[in-house]
Amino acid sequence: MHNANVMKLLPTAAFVAAAVLLPVAPASATEVGDAAPMFTLPAARGDPVALDKLRGKVVYVDFWASWCGPCRRSFPWMNEMQQKYGGKGFTVVGVNVDKKRGDADRFLAQNPANFTVVFDEAGATPSAYAVKGMPSSYLVDGKGNVVYVERGFLDEHKAEIEQRIAALVGKS
Amino acid sequence: MRIAVAVACLALASCASMEPPKPWEKGNLARPDMQFDYDRLDTRTQQHIYTSKEAATGGYGVGGGGCGCN
Repeated sequence: MHNANVMKLLPTAAFVAAAVLLPVAPASATEVGDAAPMFTLPAARGDPVALDKLRGKVVYVDFWASWCGPCRRSFPWMNEMQQKYGGKGFTVVGVNVDKKRGDADRFLAQNPANFTVVFDEAGATPSAYAVKGMPSSYLVDGKGNVVYVERGFLDEHKAEIEQRIAALVGKS
Repeated sequence: MRIAVAVACLALASCASMEPPKPWEKGNLARPDMQFDYDRLDTRTQQHIYTSKEAATGGYGVGGGGCGCN
């Protein structure tokens, strides 16, 4: 009787042991100098967007969500950057991390984006970048390396990021 | 019995592997109705009563003395 109970518990014990012994290894955060983790994600319009297809271009990868206040502030600026440098081999890719697509669509109706917007409801991409806060943005050069990381969109960093973009598009 | 204890220990230990939500998973936590001071009038009333009962003013920017009259 006693033994039967123990036997019944064994699968549970095995499951619990697995949960304890196999924790998901935390991905190390993407920093300046790292290769930007690749992604292929569905876009708001047209074909899915793959980061490696943008090799040769300067890309500003921005993780945003409808519930994130600073993201709202960053949209006009990202529109401006796209407009200024879009013709010179630069592109903004806004990666939306909302769990519900409807939330993102409502946000986009209020804050129009003239840059590429892709959707990652599962959160695999922010996970790969180990995003530490919202919004987080990664300036990626033509070789696919991260040259600048912006965590939380600060107004006083706008000029510096723009300078970096201008310098990078000037090089390529 | 010994195995039961081992199972209990493992079950408890598994709680340690629980993780807080990631920065990109905080959509629900960011909702207005998830805030402590969602309803400003309610917060004010709560603080008013609190300061009256405690005979002290809290550091919440809400006026109030021990008499419960203001």
